[in-house]
Amino acid sequence: MTLARTDALEPFTTFASVAVPIDIPNCDTDQIIPARFLRRAVDDPEYAKFLFHDLRFNADGSEKDFVFNKEPYRHGRIFVADVNWGCGSSRENAVNALDANGVRCVIAPSFGDIHFSNCIKNGILPVRLSSEACETLRRQLRDNPGAEIAVDLDSQSVTGPDQTNYSFEIDTFDKYRLMNGLDDIGLTMEFDDKITDFAERHRAKHGWAT
Amino acid sequence: MGKTVFEKIWDEHVIFEREDGDVLLYVDRHLTHDLHFRSFNAMKAKGLSIREPDKLFGVPDHSVPTTAKTIDDIPAGEMREPVEVLAAFAEEMGFAHFGMTDDRHGIVHVVGPEQGITLPGLTLVCGDSHTSTHGALGCISFGIGSTEVQHVMATQTLWQRKPKMMRINITGRIGFGVSGKDVILAIIREIGTAGGTGYAIEYAGPAIDALSMEGRMTICNMTIEAGARSGIIAPDEKTIEYCAGRPYAPKGEKWDEAVAYWRTLPSDPDAVFDKEITLDGDAIAPMVTWGNSPQWALPVTERIPDPSNEADPMVRADMEAALDYMDLKPGMAFSDIKVDTVFVGACTNSRIEDLRAAAEVAKGRRAKVRTLIVPGSGLVKNQAEAEGLDKIFIEAGMEWREPGCSMCIALNGDMLAPGERSASTSNRNFRGRQGLGSRTHLVSPAMAAAASVTGHFTDVRKLMEEK
Repeated sequence: MTLARTDALEPFTTFASVAVPIDIPNCDTDQIIPARFLRRAVDDPEYAKFLFHDLRFNADGSEKDFVFNKEPYRHGRIFVADVNWGCGSSRENAVNALDANGVRCVIAPSFGDIHFSNCIKNGILPVRLSSEACETLRRQLRDNPGAEIAVDLDSQSVTGPDQTNYSFEIDTFDKYRLMNGLDDIGLTMEFDDKITDFAERHRAKHGWAT
Repeated sequence: MGKTVFEKIWDEHVIFEREDGDVLLYVDRHLTHDLHFRSFNAMKAKGLSIREPDKLFGVPDHSVPTTAKTIDDIPAGEMREPVEVLAAFAEEMGFAHFGMTDDRHGIVHVVGPEQGITLPGLTLVCGDSHTSTHGALGCISFGIGSTEVQHVMATQTLWQRKPKMMRINITGRIGFGVSGKDVILAIIREIGTAGGTGYAIEYAGPAIDALSMEGRMTICNMTIEAGARSGIIAPDEKTIEYCAGRPYAPKGEKWDEAVAYWRTLPSDPDAVFDKEITLDGDAIAPMVTWGNSPQWALPVTERIPDPSNEADPMVRADMEAALDYMDLKPGMAFSDIKVDTVFVGACTNSRIEDLRAAAEVAKGRRAKVRTLIVPGSGLVKNQAEAEGLDKIFIEAGMEWREPGCSMCIALNGDMLAPGERSASTSNRNFRGRQGLGSRTHLVSPAMAAAASVTGHFTDVRKLMEEK
């Protein structure tokens, strides 16, 4: 088979930005990007507007009263969300919509499992902090519009607007991939022989499954 | 130490384990559908080929209008393109594809088990969160994103970390008028929509054992709505009987080998679960959701809750926002909530047993509101017609449609108008899920049919007693 290395992702090391409080518990990926945009090309010039589209825009295109529409939050590239961010549909378009707006990091108490994995695959850092920490950060961001948060992946720490440091856990392999901007297929093909050997053994042992 | 059914299957598919615990997992079956058309184009643009095309199966479902019989019937543009791209990609790459004129086509999560592509003991993935459905046959199945779709196509593997193990036991037996849908809604109400995050959930207990394969599939289908990527029910004689003779199931000696192996799969008595939950199956009533998360479900006999009784201010605000969006008032009885449209279908509830349950209620009655009945596959449709169910629906004034995802995701022209309210057998009541401004209440097929013939939510048990 022929295998080309795909485009490398932008490596993630440290990042600081205006941060946006998203006060929506269980924010499902249908809210992050409604289904009717799922067939659109990722390089569609409108793509950035699909993020939170129905929370941000009225039917006539005018803007609703939503935090990401407001100055200075609309320039935010770090989101601080609530529990179960990105639950529901597996649509990777939700990550594409974040990406189209330059969002590089989402901090939340918990994430939908599939969305979490989709973030990692696209070079967006999902950070799990406690509910209390996220609530504190969101309150600080509401009280101080335009306040910044800094994220350091190498030291696994988040610095809040008041300079409080929060450490976070991340899977070693996920961290390695994010820091090096590695594409998974290229990485996996380093194990090509192992895959071939396994497939042969698997076929011999579980002939019924093939 | 004993192993769970999930662990037994997992261990048979580990190609390589890194020191940090990440595993390169071998994938036995990959199902795909039209909505991944851009991934197919990306594969070609990157010059990637499909490593094991005989393990890949494609079927159009998301974009297919339920009034269309062929690709040419689909309006040109964004609805038709994904279906065309899938068909051409399957042809070029040489994997099985069940096109619209093939009776085997339908919703990917109905087609897999129906064809025997899904079998106990396998690992199965699909770029759709409701892939958890297939675990009802005793396999590891989970939804993946589009980058992972391409990864599986190119390598037949995925990098994974073993989830934590949860077992949910349903004791007793479920009563008349109660179905798998009510069981899973009761579970999600109990553990919450993030309750299963990070876990694979095994469903067990006498009430699960007693369920049909269709009922089990409905339960596993909505596992993702409880936050878990993967649901599983250990294979038993019912599972084996279900798989026997299906087109892609093993035959002859291989079948015997498979069955012998499948019988070793149920969780060992000393298997360890990180979390275990027990619910009383006898206590489960027909359920209706009232909010914009599947966890906001209640027995039809209860009333719309009052947020002011909720102590947690964040939860209270969430409930208030949901009631506002859904245009409901605290204390309302479900029977006072009128519906505009009823939808029976989706990968949750479009199998033959679901249609039979809806038909039993519809028989001799008249739909009071627009009602769409959308079978899960061409074969389900044929079976239903052979049993005369189509006539029952049509005589009741309901619409008998072609298979597809339809009003579950509203990408095929079937949708609600802004502000419209549905009783729906689908799996998500998220804001706008069935069209911009749509209001969705999740119910079982029998409860959906009861809402159709009365025009409002009705306890199907009472309705059927009256007959």
